[in-house]
Order: sequence, then structure tokens, then C-alpha cells
Amino acid sequence: MSDTHAHTVSFVRTETLPEREPPYAASGPVKWMRENLFATPANGLLTLVALYVIYVALSGVLPWIFNGVWNAGSLTECREILDGTRGACFAVLSERWPQLIFGFKYPPEYYWRPTVAFLLLFVAVAPVLFFDLPRKLLAFTAVYPFIAFWLIWGGTVLSPVLAFVGVAGGAMVYQKLVNRSFAAGFFGGIVAAYVIWKIGGFLIPETASDNAMLGAVPSRDLGGFMLNMMLGVTCVTLSVPIGIALALGRQSSMPLIKWICVVFIEFIRGVPLITLLFVASVMLAYFFPPESSVDLFLRVVIMITMFSAAYIAEVIRGGLAALPKGQYEGADSLGLDYAQATRLIILPQALKISIPGIVNIAVGLFKDTTLVSVISMFDILGMIRGPILASTEWNGVYWELLGFAALLFFVVCYGISQYSQWLERRLATDHR
Amino acid sequence: MAEQAKQMQVSDEIAITISKMNKWYGAFHVLRDIDLTVNRGERIVICGPSGSGKSTLIRCINALEEHQQGSIEVDGTLLSSDLKNIDKIRSEVGMCFQHFNLFPHLTILENCTLAPIWVRKTPKKEAEETAMHFLEKVKIPDQANKYPGQLSGGQQQRVAIARSLCMKPRIMLFDEPTSALDPEMIKEVLDTMIELAEEGMTMLCVTHEMGFARQVANRVIFMDAGQIVEQNEPEAFFNNPQSPRTQLFLSQILGH
Repeated sequence: MSDTHAHTVSFVRTETLPEREPPYAASGPVKWMRENLFATPANGLLTLVALYVIYVALSGVLPWIFNGVWNAGSLTECREILDGTRGACFAVLSERWPQLIFGFKYPPEYYWRPTVAFLLLFVAVAPVLFFDLPRKLLAFTAVYPFIAFWLIWGGTVLSPVLAFVGVAGGAMVYQKLVNRSFAAGFFGGIVAAYVIWKIGGFLIPETASDNAMLGAVPSRDLGGFMLNMMLGVTCVTLSVPIGIALALGRQSSMPLIKWICVVFIEFIRGVPLITLLFVASVMLAYFFPPESSVDLFLRVVIMITMFSAAYIAEVIRGGLAALPKGQYEGADSLGLDYAQATRLIILPQALKISIPGIVNIAVGLFKDTTLVSVISMFDILGMIRGPILASTEWNGVYWELLGFAALLFFVVCYGISQYSQWLERRLATDHR
Repeated sequence: MAEQAKQMQVSDEIAITISKMNKWYGAFHVLRDIDLTVNRGERIVICGPSGSGKSTLIRCINALEEHQQGSIEVDGTLLSSDLKNIDKIRSEVGMCFQHFNLFPHLTILENCTLAPIWVRKTPKKEAEETAMHFLEKVKIPDQANKYPGQLSGGQQQRVAIARSLCMKPRIMLFDEPTSALDPEMIKEVLDTMIELAEEGMTMLCVTHEMGFARQVANRVIFMDAGQIVEQNEPEAFFNNPQSPRTQLFLSQILGH
């Protein structure tokens, strides 16, 4: 570089330039439309076509909905009221509302009990979903399953109390033993809970349910959307922890545990859910001793839980694999043991990565609960296809009934999806 | 500062003894007959070409890598496959990584208090006070409530050092702590390490920062092909390397 060149090029900035506003650009709806709807002639044409399709669809559906009949005793009555005009016959929803929601055998005088259980569900789930809420609320979450069980099935209050005592006892034994080794705590807890249940089972008299405060309702009387909600909530709640355990087990360095988890996951994933449900309703009876009768609801819960747990395990395994090896090493180098490293470092990150996948499976599971209608459980779909459409009054009201079922499922599934997106934003700490 | 560093005393007490240690990755013999004794207060810099096994060597010391033959004794505890022993050694030996390995889902403060609370069972308040003390020492106390993703590389590495120090380790291992940083940040991390050395911490550093080696180390080890080829005091090592391999290596890295 010559001296003269260096002289002309040399430059020293003495002050920092002040920050300035970005240049003013046209904004507002006109700009938005020009950019998004009419950017090119072809784009504009597509916009017009799309608008026409929307118009046609809405001009068909909206009058049908707004002209709908809400009070009528049967389809023929509906048609008389409509008098040849287009309109929906929503009267079937108002007339068969209790059946759609609770099934056709649940005693009407007890309808308030599942309703209360449903409302309490929000209180119980809130502290789990929104972890900014005070942690003390989790105490209610812990007892909620037993309260809900008692409200829905009724019978003697001693059963849920005994179940709770068993779980609490198991948890205490686990706390005592877990410092020595996780396996000792885990199996000790299970044994303790089992012993408490067995002893308690002898203490509760057979006739305890006869004059209970809440009348007993057998499982086969459950039905309607209530049954879908119960199966969905129970199975999602159970399958997430089991899925985590399976995913961790599959990565275990102990061959036996790894082998068990791999076989379980691969077997369950290779079988259709409907097959498992048939096994639950028909085949399992052959395997159990004749005098023992495991409740059909429980059998179905076990099958659906196993099914979705296997899928969730694979999603979580993906999350575990996505973590850089450095995270494991960072945790190890600080002297955290396996349980601590897994709970504090690995799982929080792996689960965060797995949220979209887990939610995907939860939504799928919730919709799959309608499959129980093929093993003659009357969930909302079973109710619609069975007792309601088969009745002489409402034979042929497909759109209204199935549309209503679709709406219910959409509300729940869209809610789950929105929650998961909020959760992902809330947990984002990488600031990329 | 250099004068001060040279005056740092090395005690006769032995911190780490490695004897006849061998390690294989499958059939590949990575470490061959390593013999090394580290006294308390020593500051050892390990250098060598990539693939020479220097990172593997220090990762064997806290059992991030398993060795197949020979023995490693850290602070009087023999490294065996017993998990209790391994966890004990890990809690006494701090480690800093090339890529920091901070926990991205925890704040800086939580990163620093996690291990003291769960491994040492320190009360939360006390752990936080210790953490703030060490964060001040690495000069980033004002970042305590941020997440690692919001910090620069140099700041993250200093947090990683503070996180290790919160466990009050007796030995610190550094695995290429400045290799992923740009020159301005390298200095801030090295300054922190120099300060640590002046306080008498036993340190093993895998690094290519030869200036750091000259200034702080009391011993430089050169490794090649899984063996310790040469070790000496820094002055002698840099000015008068003995083996041809060392001479070649030094001419390569000091040449430019």
C-alpha cells in the first residue's frame, strides 16, 4: 500500500451516529391488501375466486344454521315448522342433550355429579398447566382423581378414601427409601400401596355401597361425551409419565430394562388401537381368573394408555436425542447423579422439545376415544349412531348430530393446541 | 502479574495420580500408558495436535470417559466403576468445556446454584449468596437473572467457570475453554483463569494459548498419538524443546 493511498483512505470516526427511526413506509389496510391479496394479476384472480367460494359456502350454511329449529319433538315436527324452507333441526340437540352428554343409562337425578366433577377438573388442572399459579393448589390436584371418582361412580366414600390412603402410603415409603436407591423407593412404594389396598379391601364391608351418601353407578351406565372426556383426561394424564419412563428405559444402559421397553413399544405400535380395544373387551376375560372381574372402563383405560404411552415414548426419545451431548456431560461434571440430572437438566429440555409431538398424540388420543363405540360403550358417537339415530323420532338427522359432535371435539382439541403454543412461547429461553 | 504467578507455591501433597492408564475407543488405542502425578497447586497446560488424546485424558480424570487399564486416583479416591465414587470425584473436580455446556433452560443464577443445592444440600439462600460471590468474581453479577442464550460467548464461559467454582472444587479441569471464542473474549476468560491460578487452584488446562501457558503454568505437557511426549517447565519447554515432534509442533503454532 503506497503512502498516498493510505493518506486518502485513512479515516477516523470521532462520534457515534445517533439512532434513527426506520424510513416511513405506507401502512394500514390498503398496503396490507396490496401486498397480500392483489400482489400480481394471478394473485388477484385467485383472491376473487376464493371470495366467491367462501360466499357460496356461507350462503348455503348460514341460513341453514340461523333458520334452525330448536323446539320440536321429532324430525317430522321439525319439517312441519320449517314448512319447506331450508333449516337445521337442532331440536334433536335440545331434546337429547342429556343423552348426548351423559349417555342414556346414567341416572338423571345424578347428572349434577359429573357436572361438578367437570367443573372441578379445571381447578385441578390449572396449577399443572399454568405453573405461575401458587404451588399449594397442587394439593387439590392430588386429591382430585379420588373426588372425581367418588362423584361419578358414587358408592361408599370408603373406596376412594382407601385408594387415596394407599397412594399416600406408597408415596411416603417412596420418599423414605428413594435416598437409598430409586429402585428400592419405586418398588417399595408399589408394594406398600398394594398392601394397604389389600388390607383395606377386607375392612370395607360388602354392603357399604348400599346406603351410601352418593348412590352407586356401575361403569356400564356411563356414556355420552362424559365418557370421551373421562377416557381422554385419564389416559393422557397416565400416558405422559408412562411414556417418559418408557423413553428413559429405552435409553437405559441396563439390557433387561432396555429390552423390556423396546419390546413393549414396538409391540404396541405394531397393533391397531381397535384390536387392543377388542382384546380389552372380549379377550382379557379369558386370562383373568373367573371370579375376578376387572371393570370394563378400567380395561379400556389400560389399553388406550398403553397405546398412547408407546407413541409418547417415541416422541420423547426424539427430544432426548435432540439434546446436545454436552448437556449430559455438564450435568455429570457437576456431580449430579442420574436421577437428578434426568429430572433437573435432561427432562425439562427434552420435554420442551417434545411438546408439539406430545400434543399431537394427546389430540389424536382424545379423538380415538370415540373408537370405544365399536366395543359397545355408548360414548357420544355410540349414542348418536345407536339410540338416537335408531329412534323413530330422529331417524335421519345426521348433519346436526355429527356436526355437534365435531364441534365439541374441535373446541377441546383446538384448546389443547392453543395451550401448547402458549406453553412453547412461555418456555422459550433461547432468545434466538 | 507474571512474576506473581511464578511465585505461586506448589505443595508436596498429591492431588491426582495416574499410572499406566490406557484407553481404547473400540479398537483404536487413544491413550497409551499415561503416567502423571499432579501436586496440589500445580497449573498444568496440556497441548498437542488434535486427536492426540489430550481432551480424552482430562475427561478420564472425572470419568466422563472410562479408561480400560491402569488407575486414576483423585484426592485419595480411586476411580472405579462404583457410581458413588464417581459422583464424589465429580463434585470435587470442576470442569469447563469448549462449548460451555450451560443449562439453557435455567437462569445464570440457577445454573450456579443447582449443583450446590442438589449435590451438596446447601440451603437455597446460602447457595445464592455463594453464587453471587463467584459471579462477582468473574465480573458478571448483573447478568444473574438472564438466560445463557442472552449472553456472549465469553460471558457464558465465565459463568461456566463460576458454576464450577460454586461447588468449591479442589481441582479444575479446562477442556479448550477459549477455542470457541473470538480474540476479545479469549482475554476476559484467560484473565479469569489467571486470577484463579493465583489463588492456588490446582488446574489442568487443555489449551493452545501459549501466552497463558508461559504466564501461568508451572508445567507444560506435550502429547502426541495418545502418549505424553515431553513435559517440562514452560521456560525450558518453549525455548529448548527436546523431541523433534515437539519442535515441529511449536514451530507450527508459534511460527505465524
